[in-house]
Amino acid sequence: MVKTDNTILTAEGIYKSFPGVQALENVDFNLNKGEIHALVGENGAGKSTLIKALTGVERPDKGAINFDGKEVSIKSPQHAQEMGISTVYQETNLCPNLTIAENILIGREPMKWGSIDWKTMNSQAKDILLGLDIDLDVTQTLGSCSVAIQQMAAIARALEITSAKILILDEPTSSLSIHETQQLFGVMKKLKSEGMAIIFITHFLDQVYEVADRITVLRNGKLVGTYAPSELSHLELITKMIGRTLDELDDMTKLKLESSHHIKKEDLLETKGLGRAGSIEPFDLTLHAGEVVGIAGLLGSGRTEIAELLFGIEKPDSGSINMDGKTVRNYSPIDSIDRGVALCPEDRKVEGIVSDLTVRENIILAMQASLGWFKRLSSAEQYEIADKYIKLLNISTPSADQPVKNLSGGNQQKVILARWLATNPRLLILDEPTRGIDVGTKAEIQKLVLSLAEEGKSCVFISSELDEVLRTSHRIVVLRNKEKVTEFSGEVGERKIMQAIAGSEKS
Amino acid sequence: MKQSKSFFDLRKITESKIFYPTVALFLILLFDLIIIPGFFHLEIKEGHLYGNLIDILRNSAPTIVLAMGMTLVIATGGVDLSVGAVMAIAASTACIMLNPNLIGLKLADVTKEADPTYSASPLLLVFLVPLIIAGICGLWNGILVAYGRIEPMVATLILMIAGRGIAQLVTNAIKIIIYNNTFLEIGNGWVFLLPFALYIAAFVFAIAWFITRRTSLGLFIESVGINSRSSFFSGIDEKKIKLFAYVFCGICAGIAGLIAVSSIRTSDANEVGLYFELDAILAVIIGGTLLGAGGRFSLFASAIGALVIQATTTSTLALGVPASAIIAVKAVVVIVVIILYSRQVQDFVRKIVGQTKPMESKS
Repeated sequence: MVKTDNTILTAEGIYKSFPGVQALENVDFNLNKGEIHALVGENGAGKSTLIKALTGVERPDKGAINFDGKEVSIKSPQHAQEMGISTVYQETNLCPNLTIAENILIGREPMKWGSIDWKTMNSQAKDILLGLDIDLDVTQTLGSCSVAIQQMAAIARALEITSAKILILDEPTSSLSIHETQQLFGVMKKLKSEGMAIIFITHFLDQVYEVADRITVLRNGKLVGTYAPSELSHLELITKMIGRTLDELDDMTKLKLESSHHIKKEDLLETKGLGRAGSIEPFDLTLHAGEVVGIAGLLGSGRTEIAELLFGIEKPDSGSINMDGKTVRNYSPIDSIDRGVALCPEDRKVEGIVSDLTVRENIILAMQASLGWFKRLSSAEQYEIADKYIKLLNISTPSADQPVKNLSGGNQQKVILARWLATNPRLLILDEPTRGIDVGTKAEIQKLVLSLAEEGKSCVFISSELDEVLRTSHRIVVLRNKEKVTEFSGEVGERKIMQAIAGSEKS
Repeated sequence: MKQSKSFFDLRKITESKIFYPTVALFLILLFDLIIIPGFFHLEIKEGHLYGNLIDILRNSAPTIVLAMGMTLVIATGGVDLSVGAVMAIAASTACIMLNPNLIGLKLADVTKEADPTYSASPLLLVFLVPLIIAGICGLWNGILVAYGRIEPMVATLILMIAGRGIAQLVTNAIKIIIYNNTFLEIGNGWVFLLPFALYIAAFVFAIAWFITRRTSLGLFIESVGINSRSSFFSGIDEKKIKLFAYVFCGICAGIAGLIAVSSIRTSDANEVGLYFELDAILAVIIGGTLLGAGGRFSLFASAIGALVIQATTTSTLALGVPASAIIAVKAVVVIVVIILYSRQVQDFVRKIVGQTKPMESKS
């Protein structure tokens, strides 16, 4: 490892294990002053654990950390902060009902006559933000600002608490628009020029190439290597992250073509003027057996609302659903399951997994719900079903009795998929099934969707990643402003769909 | 990897919900063994087993019964503060059904009111009607919580306050002395050396265990408690599950009310079941079900929790501490429980047990 005078932090031979997982194994990491260092890897690669070890949230089982030339043992997040290691997490831990100024200076408000000196506080906060090249009204409440501004406030606060030497940004751009991301990068570059060392964790590889000076890749808790962006192509980087080539993705096209021959003529489900005020304008949609229908559109265009209407989470206030030629009367999840409809929801943590239940219990949950109270699956049956899907979907877990919360995001997603496959649905609605999960698992899930279609199941595939929708869908429905705009079947170019999403008003 | 079934798997033992309550019970009894001479003395008089241990079992019966219902309610993420008041309602109802004369309703034969065989209503109804009314009380709580979306603490507070008033109305605010022998058997009778109330508690435990563990209800309750939205998305009718838990809890409170009033032989709407909701909640917490969060529950651990509370009370009394000070001792139990279940202590135990050896992962 290259050590220069410039080094601010080195970690050597870090080990950390959790029940059932070796999260980090002999990981080395070093960070220089005035650099943006990207930390990349699939979900479960050990990025978060490494950050937790560096910020005192977790103590490594083994290994040494050197900070500013001295060997240190970081006892707690407070201790890390006092030393000068500041972290901004994915979900900012700020108070949306306070003003920006209050959020930045909370706990260290300037006082006058025993009460807060608001004037000084606001001007101090404004100066701090100006230092980041951001000029805005600091007296507005944080909740009314864009996510990007909230992120900036979180950074400003992190920098303000101590004279930070290291700033760790954990997935800061995951909920930012392109413009906001650029704003954030501006701040990062400015801090870097002032000598700040920044660790930047992200899923977006384009951004890595845009700002990072060096890239450290982790895989399965082990260090793959640290590289300069110039010596590593996109493809090489992905290969290093997932440890195999992307030929699999190319196979998809073939698979899709094959499965398109299996699309049945008869309709499985048909909606006529189905809609719900405020959620989605009335739309007509026909789904055939053996077909994958993609839904494309921007966030908030009504994608999730369609899924929730089809599955009975929400009740429509106009139109109807016909399934097998019969009009649907009862709208509720359990009625949908009985009809053979399944929904893999958008928000895995809130709507998907039941964290404290085991993998086995999570997998059989929907099936058991459709069987009811009295037809309890015996434990032998439960294990049989769970083991079958653990194998089929390649879920990596020490055993079926592991609480599902101990699994990585991608594996949790597979558990939810298993839950729905176990109900043997005829229509599977997947709402953002690949969000926040690693490249390898993404490909697995996309392939699975196509092979399900080949078996004669109908799938609705919702994703904000257009290339993914293109890759898997036989037909694509485009939504804009809570309205179904158009429908494409056969081969369509990305550009055409983009135009449909953007709408005619776009010049 | 298959979980090891070894009896000496220390980690599995310490992570079981039964571990802490059993250790607590054991420690209390150990303390009694050392400090209080003759605490474990048992003797058979007139075919009944007597002694402090039997006292603990007998007096904990109403709390065990309450704890069964409370466990399910807490597991769904709720709490039921009204069980004490529901006990009073059930007790008052039973008493006026036995003898409506006492509150001035001249419906029955006045001359027989102190007759130990007299009951104004068929005895079966004397037992059933209070339980049905208790079930309706539970239904009320359940509707408020599940369908009204009112915070359980607030929703059940309504009946906790109103319930005693209702019980007072039922008995016309008169203390009713119970003479009926059959009814008195519930709290005072003995079968095969042991108190009858204990059999009732065991029966309620068996029923609760059966309906939660032999059907899929237990899984649904845990799932709803951990994440009700995910459960809804998976096709579980979370409202129905919550409603059921509160109704069951109400019926348990009714049974506990009958046991309690029978053993004190007098129905006083202000006294029956007073503070019992706190004992029931405490028993469930000692049993390791998370108050507020819900989720995983163990009925057996809750039952042991009830025994821990009663063992504390009986031991304190045996030590000569005045009965009025027992609440202070219970407070100490609460503090110990909080400390035992704190993350620090749990981590410490895990370290001692040595669970750091990672399981091999399947890859």
